[in-house]
Amino acid sequence: MEDLLVARFQMAMSLGFHIIFACVGIAMPLLMVIAEGMWLKTGDNTYLTLAKRWSKGTAIMFAVGAVSGTVLSFELGLLWPTFMAYAGPIIGMPFSLEGLAFFIEAIFLGIYLYGWERVPRKIHWMSGIMVLLGGTFSGIFVVTANAWMNTPVGFSIVDGKVTDIDPIAAMLNPSSFTQALHMTLAAFMAVAFAVAGIHAYFLRREPQNQFHRKAFAIALCVGAIVSILQPISGDISAKRLAKYQPIKLAAMEGQWETVRGAPLRIGGIPDEDNEVTRYALEIPKALSFLANFDPNSEIMGLKDVPRENRPPVAIVHFAFQIMVACGIVMIVAGILGGWLAWRKKGIPTQEWYLKFITICSPLGFIAIEAGWTVTEVGRQPWIIYNIMKTKDAVTSMPNLIIPFIGFTILYLFLSVVVVILLRRQIFYE
Amino acid sequence: MIGLEVYLAVIMLISLILYMLTGGADFGGGVWDLFAIGPRAKTQRDIIHHALAPIWEANHVWLIVIVVLLFVAFPVAFATIGTALHIPLTLMLIGIVLRGTAFVFRTYDDQSERVHLRWSRLFAIASIITPIMLGIALGAIASGTINADPETAIVDTDFVSSWLKPFPFAIGLFTLTICAMLAAVYLTLETDDVAIQEDFRLRALIATISVGVMACISFLLSTNGAPAIRAGLGNSYWSIPFHIVTGLIAILGIWSIWSRQFKLARIVIPIQVTLIILGWGFAQYPNLVAPNLTFSNTAAPDSVLKPVLIIILCGGILLIPAFWYLYKVFKGRSLTE
Ligand code: HDD
Ligand code: HEM
Ligand code: HEM
Repeated sequence: MEDLLVARFQMAMSLGFHIIFACVGIAMPLLMVIAEGMWLKTGDNTYLTLAKRWSKGTAIMFAVGAVSGTVLSFELGLLWPTFMAYAGPIIGMPFSLEGLAFFIEAIFLGIYLYGWERVPRKIHWMSGIMVLLGGTFSGIFVVTANAWMNTPVGFSIVDGKVTDIDPIAAMLNPSSFTQALHMTLAAFMAVAFAVAGIHAYFLRREPQNQFHRKAFAIALCVGAIVSILQPISGDISAKRLAKYQPIKLAAMEGQWETVRGAPLRIGGIPDEDNEVTRYALEIPKALSFLANFDPNSEIMGLKDVPRENRPPVAIVHFAFQIMVACGIVMIVAGILGGWLAWRKKGIPTQEWYLKFITICSPLGFIAIEAGWTVTEVGRQPWIIYNIMKTKDAVTSMPNLIIPFIGFTILYLFLSVVVVILLRRQIFYE
Repeated sequence: MIGLEVYLAVIMLISLILYMLTGGADFGGGVWDLFAIGPRAKTQRDIIHHALAPIWEANHVWLIVIVVLLFVAFPVAFATIGTALHIPLTLMLIGIVLRGTAFVFRTYDDQSERVHLRWSRLFAIASIITPIMLGIALGAIASGTINADPETAIVDTDFVSSWLKPFPFAIGLFTLTICAMLAAVYLTLETDDVAIQEDFRLRALIATISVGVMACISFLLSTNGAPAIRAGLGNSYWSIPFHIVTGLIAILGIWSIWSRQFKLARIVIPIQVTLIILGWGFAQYPNLVAPNLTFSNTAAPDSVLKPVLIIILCGGILLIPAFWYLYKVFKGRSLTE
C-alpha cells in the first residue's frame, strides 16, 4: 500500500481509538461528581458506592486515554513532520494550554482515585470537579487545533514562508467555537447514554435495585439534556460549513450542482464517476434553509472544484447520515424519557423503555466516530484547508505499514482487555 | 539580551530533569518489579505498586510537556527528530502504551497469582524498553549525525544509521540505570519493614555502581560517538569544577546509601541525576540537533514564544501548589518524618 494512505489510516485509527477514552475522561468525572455530591447532600451511602464503582471503571479508561494520547502527540511528528514544521508554532497555543489542563487533570485524578480515605470529603469532591474541568478543557483546546486545520487564520504567507503569526487569533479561528461546543456536548452525550444503557440492562433484571436506579437516573438526566442541545449545535456547525467549507457541506449532502434552493437528502448513494446522487429522499429547499435561513439561498456544488480537490464524497455522505440518524434516535430517547418521568413523577423504568435505552448505549460513540470522519475526510485532500495538501505533509519514512500493523494489533489487544476488565467491574463486584 | 528561545530551552531542560526524577523513577520501579526475587518478592512488588499508583499519570505529563514545547518552539527540530528517529521513538511509544496499560490492568484484572504475575512481567519489560529507547533517541540527537536543513526541515537520513551505534545504545543503558537507581533510593522510604528496606538498599547500591560504570563507558564512547559533547564536557571553562562537584555528590550518594542514611540519599541522588543532565545540556548548547540545528536557528518567532512563556508562568503558579498537595497526600510520610 502507498505510504501516504497508510499514514492516513494510522492517524485515523489512533484518533478513533483515543477519542473513545478521551470522551470517558471528559464526561465520567461529571457523573461521579454528581453521585458524590448527592452523597454529601443526602448521606445516602448508595451514592457513595456508585461514585466509587464508577471511578474504578474510569481509572482503566483514563490510563488508556493517557497513553494513546501520548502516542498521538508523537505521531504528529512521526507521520506529518512537514505539517508540524509549518503549523507547530501556529497551533502551539492550544497545545500548550492543553498540557496545562492535562497536569491539572492527572494530579487531581490521582487524589480522586486513591484519596478516598486520605483527604477530607469536601476536598475529595473538589478534586473531582478539577478533574472534570481539566478533562473538558483539554478536549476543547485540542479541538481548536483541529478547527484551525479547517479554517486556518492568524498568519500570513510571504514567499512561501509563514510570518506574522498570531497564535491567539489562530486558536480563536471561525470553527473553534462551533467544533468545541459540538464535541464537548458529544462527549457528555455519548458517555451518558452508554452508562444509562448499562444500568438499564441491569434494571430489567432487578427493577428494584437502588444502586442501578440511581445510576440510571443520573446518567439519563445528563444524556437527555445534552441530546436536546446537540442538534442545535450541529446546525450551528452546518451553517459554519456553508460559509467556510462549502465543498465539505456539498460532500455531506451529495450536492453536485451549484443551485439555489438546494434540497436536503436523506439516504442516497453518491456516484462519483457520473457526478450524481441517486435514490435519495429529497426534502425540497431544506438544505438552503438550514444552511442560510433562506430557502432560496445558493448552495455550492462539488462540480465547482476540480476532481482532485474533492473529498471522497460517498464516505463523507454516509458518515454524515449515520451521525444524524444516531442523533435523532437519542433525541427521541431523551424527550421520551423526560415525558415518561414527568408523567410518572419518578424514574422511567418501564420495561420497553429500558430496552430502548439499552439499545441506544453505543449510538453516541458511533455518532462521534462518524462525525469525525465527516470532519476529517471531508477536509481532504487538504491537511490545512486550501493551504497544504495531505500528500505534501507526510513523512519520508518508508515501510509505514509495519508500525501501522503494530499499532493496530496493540490497540486491538487493548480493546479486548479493556472490555473484559470493564465486564469484570460491572458484573462481579 | 537573551533570546526568548533560551528561556524555552531552559524550561525544556528543567522539564526533562523533572521527568527523569519522577517519571524516570516510575520506570525504575518496573525494573525492580522484574528483579523482585527472594522470599519477599511479592511484598516488594506490592510496595512498588502502591508507590506508583497515585502519581504515575501526573509524572508522565512531563514527557508530553517536552514534546509539545518542542513542536511549538522548535518546529523544525521536532520534524527532524520525528523523521530520523522514527524507529526508536515508535518502539518507545509501544513501551509507553504497554507499561501504562499493564499497570492498571494488573490492578483491575483477576487477582490470582498467575494473572497478576503476567501483567507484572509485561509492565516490567515495557518499563525497561521505554527508557532505553528514550536514551537512544537522546544519544542520537547528541551525536551530531542527524543532518537536517534548518531552512527546509529536510533531513538527510537512512532512518537507521544515526541511532544504531554504540554511543546511543550506551546512553540508552545509562538512562535505564539512572531510572533504576532513583527508584531503589525512593523505595527505601516507602516501607517500615527493615528487611524490605535492606532489599532496596542492596538494589540501590548495585544501581548506583552501574550508573558510575555506564557514565564512564558513555564518556569514553563519546570521543567518537559525540565529539561535540565530549569537547563540551572536557574542555569548557566549567568542566573541571563540574566534574569535581558531580564526583563528590556521587560519592556522597553511595556513602549515604551504604550507611543507611536513606533520607539523605533521597536528596543527594536526585541532585546527582540533575547534575548529569545539566552537564549534558550545557555541553550540547547551543546545538539542539547537532550539527546543523541550534536553538536559535529553529526557534519559532517571538510572537509565538511570548504567549507560551506566559502560559508556562501562569501554569507554574497553578501547578506547584497542586503538585505539592499530591505528593503531600501520598508521599507525606516519607517526605517529612
Ligand atoms: C454524540 C455525538 C454526535 C451527535 C448525536 C451529532 N454529532 Fe455532529 N459531530 C460530532 C458528534 C455528534 C463530532 C464527533 O463531535 C463532530 C466531529 C468534529 C466536531 O467538531 O464534532 C461532529 C461534526 C459535525 C459536523 C461537521 C463540523 C465540521 O466539519 O466542522 C456537522 C455539520 C454536524 N456534526 C452536524 C450534526 C447534526 C446536524 C446533528 C443532528 C442530530 C449531529 N451533528 C449530531
Ligand atoms: C477531539 C479530539 C480529542 C479530544 C476531545 C481529546 C481529549 C482528551 C482528554 C479529555 C484527555 C484526558 C483524559 C484521559 O486521559 O483519558 C486526553 C488525553 C490525551 N490526549 Fe487527547 N483528545 C483529542 C485528541 C488528541 C490529539 C489529536 C492529541 C495529540 C496530538 C491528543 C493528545 C493527548 C495526550 C498527550 C493525552 C494524555 C494526557 C495525560 O497524560 O493525561 N489528544 N485527550
Ligand atoms: C479524536 C477525534 C478525531 C478523529 C476520530 C479523527 C479522525 C481522523 C481521520 C478519519 C483522519 C483521516 C482522514 C483521511 O485521511 O481521509 C484524520 C486525519 C488527521 N487528523 Fe483527525 N480526527 C480527530 C481529531 C483530530 C485532532 C483534534 C487533530 C489535531 C489537532 C487531528 C489531526 C489530524 C491530522 C494531522 C490528520 C492527518 C492528515 C489528514 O489526513 O488530513 N485530528 N483524522
